[in-house]
Parts: sequence; structure tokens; C-alpha cells
Amino acid sequence: MPQDEHKEGVGGMINPTRYGIERVAYLLMRLSGLGLLAYFVAHIYETSNILRGQVGWNEFLELTQTTEGHIFLAIVIAMCVFHTVNGIRVMLGHGGVGVGKPARPDYPYDPASQNYRHKIGIYSSIVLAAVATMYGLAVMFGE
Amino acid sequence: MAQVSSISNEQSSTAKSIILKISRYNPEHDESSQFMEFNVKYEKWTTVLEAILDVKKHFDHSVAVRYSCRQATCGSCGMIINGKPRLACFTKISELDSNVVTVEPMNNFPVIRDLAVKFEKLFDSHQKIKPYLIRDDTELVSDEKEFLQTPEEVEQYIQFANCIKCGLCNSACPTMATDSSFVGPQALAQAYRYVADSRDKGKDSRLKIIDDSHGIWRCHFAGSCSQVCPKGVDPAMGIQLLRGYMLGFRS
Ligand code: HEM
Ligand code: SF4
Ligand code: FES
Repeated sequence: MPQDEHKEGVGGMINPTRYGIERVAYLLMRLSGLGLLAYFVAHIYETSNILRGQVGWNEFLELTQTTEGHIFLAIVIAMCVFHTVNGIRVMLGHGGVGVGKPARPDYPYDPASQNYRHKIGIYSSIVLAAVATMYGLAVMFGE
Repeated sequence: MAQVSSISNEQSSTAKSIILKISRYNPEHDESSQFMEFNVKYEKWTTVLEAILDVKKHFDHSVAVRYSCRQATCGSCGMIINGKPRLACFTKISELDSNVVTVEPMNNFPVIRDLAVKFEKLFDSHQKIKPYLIRDDTELVSDEKEFLQTPEEVEQYIQFANCIKCGLCNSACPTMATDSSFVGPQALAQAYRYVADSRDKGKDSRLKIIDDSHGIWRCHFAGSCSQVCPKGVDPAMGIQLLRGYMLGFRS
């Protein structure tokens, strides 16, 4: 019998309520990455409607003029902005930028990699995503 | 199986008490784990490990728990305490600020029984990254000189040498939660510990070992490992610095 490894599983992986804002960013990065991928595929499908000529194209475009369409696009804006800004932070971190310098550890052992630079990066991506989304909503619903 | 029992106790009347919920599970004959509850008195300085040992002494000796040093040095007593991986000997009940203290075995490790988990895979992964100095000469031969280091050179790795192999980092890691083959933050931090040591010449062979589909690239820099490490190792920092070498950001 294979041994039960007592893994936390997907539920543990996506749980954003422990280990601070860094785990919230981790979850949002995954969700927005997958969301953008789904949008990307749908977008290719949508734009392929041009093969049906002007009528088909306009018919499909009308979907984006509905309230649901506006909300959908607002979510896409939020995902896009968060994923890009946080993605730049993550790429810098992965290259060892802004993760602190090794030093002799002292009690209470605050980890230098979990620092304000990266936290500011996370909060900025959330705030920028919110601002861009509100701007998008104002434009779309203000028409 | 749940039951509440009180330890009739000769301790001073200033002592407060909490409910200690201990996860009980024997994989050999239990379907799933169940909690047993105990009423335990504590003082400001009482650790979670002391409370568990109190239960063993006064009420149920069959509670399985592993410990040795009782001073955050041996790395034996890691467990999930109120939802987070911590050392039982290094966590005071008073600092948890709760009337109920729940102890469970660490996640992402197979359970032996109750609170004790298997460490084979942790030790195997640790061994895999060659946790020793690699170089052709040796200071064990009498006519060789000692390998001297400046304080600055020691500073580069000493933080990572603090690791006590307790596994708390591997228990908190979101990649570890689903990937059975992932080498894990503990071993990756140790790879950095040796790569950053000025006496070591094994950088290329170590980077080759962790440059694997279940190696360093599975780290997403969520940082939970560093948040739970009881020794200030900061595995997330070591891993990102290591990846910096591999991506060419650092030399
Ligand atoms: C300039 C824009 C972008 C940047 C800077 C960026 C950056 C990143 C980074 C750094 C990661 C790795 C995150 C991690 O290690 O946890 C990532 C993951 C991902 N990205 Fe992007 N990305 C961008 C645009 C896109 C677009 C347009 C799509 C969809 C078509 C996309 C889909 C994904 C997916 C599916 C993941 C995997 C998510 C995960 O495993 O957590 N990204 N991105
Ligand atoms: S890095 Fe820290 S948490 Fe991980 S095994 Fe070592 S001491 Fe424990
Ligand atoms: S008993 Fe040794 S680390 Fe806790």
C-alpha cells in the first residue's frame, strides 16, 4: 500500500488566511494567471468571428456592451494589472532582488526576505488593479 | 473518543488552565484522526511540549510525541499548533493567547502515530544536495593549512547553517502541499548554505542537482517557510539568492 503522505493538498495550497499577505499574493497570482489564460483562449475565439464577416463581428461585439460584459471586462482589467505588476515583483524576487542580505540571525528571527519592499510591491499591485478597474468601470458605464 | 479530563494538580493557585486538544491517530488501525481533550494548567513559561508531557504523565501515557533537547536545538518536536507549524518546546502557551490549544502532526509528512511524523524524505532530500564541503584537498592531513575565512565570508552562510532539520518549513510550503517529489525549502536552503561557503568548490554539481523539474523551479517565493522557521534561517531568501545564480542575476 502506498504510504499516506499526509499532504495538505490543494485546500492547504490555496488557503490565503495563514502566513500573511504573501500567501494572498500567491493565490491571486495563480488565479489571475489562469484567468488570463482562459481569457486569452476566449479572446482568440472571439476575434475569429471576423471570419463570419461584419455582421458576425458586430453581433459578437455586442456581448461586451451588456452589463455582464462590462463586469467581465472589469475583472479582466483587474487580473491583467495585478498579474503584471505582481509578476514584475515576483521575477525580481526570483532573481534575488530585494530579498535581503544574509546576516547572523538574532531572536526573534524576523525573516529578512519577508520585508516591506516586497509587501509594498504586493499592496501596490492590489491598489493599482483596483484603481484601473474603477477607471475601466467608469469609462464603460459612463458611455 | 473525545473526552474532557482534568489533571488534579498540586500546582500553585495562580496557574491558569487551557483545553489542550491532541490529535490521536494510529495509521495501523484507525480510519481517521480524532481529537482528545485535556484540561491543563499552565504558567507564563509553560511550553506546549511541557503541557503534552503533563498529559502523558498524569492522564494518558499512550500519546505519541517526539522530543529530545527541549530547547529548539534538536528539531524533533515540530507539530501544528493552533493551525501553524511550530516547535512545541519553543512555543509558550501564554504567547498563543487562546483558551484552546490544538496540536496536530505536521502536514506533508507521513504520520507514525499521533504527533510523531516520519522524517525519512526530509533527510533524504537534505542528503541529496551534498551537505558537506566539496573540494580536492582536505584540512585533515597534518601538513595542510586550515581553511581560513574572514568574518565577512562566514556571514554569507552562517544564517543557513542554523538549520536544525525540524521540517517546519516543508510543512508550511504551498508547493509541498501537493507535490510529493519537490525537494523542499529545507534542502534548497542547505544547497545555498554550501554554495555560499567560500571554502566550497561544489557549486556546479549542486546547481545541477536542484536544476530539476521538481527542484528549485517549483518555488514560487510564497515565503511561508521563512515565516515559520524557528531559527531565522530564512529559506526563502537562500532559495531566491540561489536562483539568482542560476538565472545569471548574480555571479
Ligand atoms: C507582462 C505581463 C506578465 C507578467 C510580467 C507575468 C509574470 C508571471 C510570473 C512571474 C509568473 C510566475 C508566478 C509564480 O512563480 O508564482 C506568472 C505565472 C503565470 N502567468 Fe503570467 N505574466 C504576464 C502575463 C500573462 C498573460 C497574458 C497570461 C495568460 C495568457 C499569463 C498566464 C500565466 C499563468 C497561467 C501562470 C501560472 C500561474 C501559477 O502557476 O501560479 N501571464 N506570470
Ligand atoms: S530551515 Fe528552519 S524550518 Fe526549515 S528545517 Fe531548517 S530550522 Fe527547520
Ligand atoms: S525538543 Fe528539540 S527542538 Fe523541540
